[in-house]
Amino acid sequence: MRSLTHLERLEAESIHIFREVVAEAEKPVMLYSVGKDSSVMLHLARKAFYPAPPPFPMLHVASGWDFQALLDHRDKTVKEYDLELIVAENEDAEEQGINPFDTGSALYSQAQLTDPLKAALTKYGFDAAFGGGRRDEEKARAKERVFSFRTASHRWDPKNQRPELWNLYNAKKADDESIRVFPISNWTELDIWQYIALEKIDIVPLYMSQKRPTVERDGMLLVVDDDRFRLEDGEEPVERSVRFRTLGCYPLTGATESNATDMNLIIQEMLLATGSERQGRAIDKGQSASMEDKKQEGYF
Amino acid sequence: MADQAPALDSSFQVDTLIAEDIDAYLDQHQHKSLLRFITCGSVDDGKSTLIGRLLYDSKMIFEDQLSALESDSVKHGTQGEEIDFALLVDGLAAEREQGITIDVAYRFFTTEKRKFIVADTPGHEQYTRNMVTGASTADLAVILVDARKGVLEQTRRHSYITHLLGIKHLVLAVNKMDLVDYDQTRFDEIVADYAKFAEQIGIDSFAAIPISGFKGDNITTAPSAKTPWYDGPSLIHHLETVELANTAAQERAFRMPVQWVNRPNLDFRGFTGLIASGTIKPGDPVRIVPAGKTSTVKEIVTFDGNLDEAVAGQSITLTLADEVDCSRGDVIAAAGDPPEASDQFESTIVWMNETALKPGRAYWLKIGSQMVSATIAEPKYEICINRFEHLAAKTLELNSIGVAELRTDRAITFESYDQSRALGGFILIDKFTNATVGAGMLHFSLRRAQNVHWQPTTISRDDHAGLKNQRPRVLWFTGLSGSGKSTIANEVEKRLALMNRHTFLLDGDNVRHGLNKDLGFTEADRIENIRRIGEVAKLMTDAGLIVLTAFISPFRAERRMVREMLPDGEFIEIFVDTPLEVAEQRDVKGLYKKARDGELKNFTGIDSPYEEPENAEIRVNTVEMTVEEAADHIIQQIMPLK
Repeated sequence: MRSLTHLERLEAESIHIFREVVAEAEKPVMLYSVGKDSSVMLHLARKAFYPAPPPFPMLHVASGWDFQALLDHRDKTVKEYDLELIVAENEDAEEQGINPFDTGSALYSQAQLTDPLKAALTKYGFDAAFGGGRRDEEKARAKERVFSFRTASHRWDPKNQRPELWNLYNAKKADDESIRVFPISNWTELDIWQYIALEKIDIVPLYMSQKRPTVERDGMLLVVDDDRFRLEDGEEPVERSVRFRTLGCYPLTGATESNATDMNLIIQEMLLATGSERQGRAIDKGQSASMEDKKQEGYF
Repeated sequence: MADQAPALDSSFQVDTLIAEDIDAYLDQHQHKSLLRFITCGSVDDGKSTLIGRLLYDSKMIFEDQLSALESDSVKHGTQGEEIDFALLVDGLAAEREQGITIDVAYRFFTTEKRKFIVADTPGHEQYTRNMVTGASTADLAVILVDARKGVLEQTRRHSYITHLLGIKHLVLAVNKMDLVDYDQTRFDEIVADYAKFAEQIGIDSFAAIPISGFKGDNITTAPSAKTPWYDGPSLIHHLETVELANTAAQERAFRMPVQWVNRPNLDFRGFTGLIASGTIKPGDPVRIVPAGKTSTVKEIVTFDGNLDEAVAGQSITLTLADEVDCSRGDVIAAAGDPPEASDQFESTIVWMNETALKPGRAYWLKIGSQMVSATIAEPKYEICINRFEHLAAKTLELNSIGVAELRTDRAITFESYDQSRALGGFILIDKFTNATVGAGMLHFSLRRAQNVHWQPTTISRDDHAGLKNQRPRVLWFTGLSGSGKSTIANEVEKRLALMNRHTFLLDGDNVRHGLNKDLGFTEADRIENIRRIGEVAKLMTDAGLIVLTAFISPFRAERRMVREMLPDGEFIEIFVDTPLEVAEQRDVKGLYKKARDGELKNFTGIDSPYEEPENAEIRVNTVEMTVEEAADHIIQQIMPLK
């Protein structure tokens, strides 16, 4: 008799979901944002199909303003695990004059994230896409299904979602419909971090505190990731020990001052955080929204 | 109400540990087990207050939410100056209003010993569908009762559903004890009342806890100073120590539904799945069901290395010592104690769709990793869940529960639901909309199915066909009454006879004089009519015949059902496309006139629908073609005959 821990049960459930989709869908893909949730998903997918590699490609929607460290991590991971990577991006952004400094956040995320994603799903004919949504992320997600159905135009029809009983998922759909699947629905943020620590999952170093060149703007700490960053009058990058709780386009994502350089310290910081929105998300209330939340709107 | 609520600092005392020794905290958290439970009761019973308090006590509510809550409590609260936890959950409920019809919210909290997933289902509308969904994954149910009101109809309803879904652990939480002055007599009265009812519906045991979600009594520690007479555990303590279903499942025989076969190269063939029950070790003898072949386990393969043992609840990959046929839908089971397979069952079905159950119609049935076509007979009875009476029923509407016989198109491996949720619980899927329309629980295989085995025959289907020098087929003519189906089918059969082919024509009117004379023209009877004709046609094709059928067969689902009975390519749907006006004008049998006059009910095209084929193999237009032309066209289309 062996009592499974909650992480073992969550892992077993996620693996079961991955396998169901691969068994029943025709052409699955994993939406890979390279963030911590995606890293856990990838790890679970590798476990589900071991010794085979995950039998589906990774789709990364690159906005063109991703942190360089994130892109480096992506390329390293893909190479190390022998994954197939598809990068979707809006190649005409420059021509259209779209950038995170001048473009309003709604249009920006539509043009750089949502549209390229939908175009890629249609182009390759993917009928199931794994996403990293969790039910604890925000209250609105508390009743999201594990299998979420999309129409031919990738729209979510809230009236047309199916009851999910036991661990029986109904993956039947019309030819032009697709499914978003959330294998880590029942994981909490703490579970994600703890699993990363336990399984020694390699994550983007941006989650770890390090001295980085920053400017303070509108109550946010922004990291000057490359020379495309537009400094305003009087702004001078200052070295600060900062880290990120969420990764988005670097000119839009706020960092937090922190000395958390290892996983346990990060978890401690997260647990002692007193705001429900948690600093990384606090910026969403302003003009610019973080990438992760844009994904909520656009992707999920 | 004069009493102060207990201090708001957490009784779980996690934050000190987090701040002072994060490593110790994480070590503790890492070893927690997981309990899923469901809360039943309406807002009036204090459910939201209780959930709000559980989230609050385990620090799932943050400072900004709390300060908002404090000010809201003053403004809108019903608890005077004190914090109204219900506003938290109810406020969230308003946020969640997005027009989603099925409404089970999952919430998470953790204590020192366990992590919890709470399925929170609203007690009002759609309660059956929501509660059944939430209860399907729960190990335990908390049934809330307002101490002032006692056991109500809805208490009984909620208890019945949790019992139906096989939840072994029930907690009767007698809430709002503060409003009855923590009176032991009142508590005992309610418990006695509930015990009487519980026995009636077969609930063996339950735990009763007097609580106040609002004041916090007996939630995290017990006994509260207000209930010195209570000697049981606090609610949290009970939740932390109750035995987990997946631990209990380890004691039963090994079963693993195969989800997916992993074949990365020619040297590796692994069978993947989530272990439903039992334990497994390398060297254990196993049987592949339903085929019955045996082998032994070679390795338990995981990403983290091969295991010496795996237990219920784990997702694993097995390799076997022998090359045996095994694929998705099969179950790998303990060799000496395998589950049964059958194709006829008695089941309890919960209907979850706005469109009622159609007895006789084929639905997809998913159970474990098996997906089969299934038809459900007219319910034996519907269960009135308020008074537990059996009602006569022809069908099941949204949110109703009934007992019915069910037949699958091939044998499935199963266990009764009370033995195994994994091999006894199923969902039903509409073949056209793909919606999950129902869920159910298999109770037992019907004796008929257990004892009637397929009689193996020496002269095969192919032998029959070969002797007749033809490929058996069903030419299925469909169209409105008076469209010309029988006339054209007759003409086609004549031509086939001239070509020395062995045929048989099944005609609607003729069949209704004999085989189907017990059937009327309701939708259910029409479905059964077509099912029987399909079975007869199938037997005739087994005998090698080319079968022609001329039936209105107005519903796509039934035509598809017959198509699925036959091997690929043997069902040829022929749409005799005659507009209603033309058919009505011809009115060879005078039926349209009778229907228009109201003398004939359920007449296709008049007061009963005709669903045109979407992808018929052959279509003939009787306005543009003569009978001879139509017959020629059909013959051309079905050539060659062998």
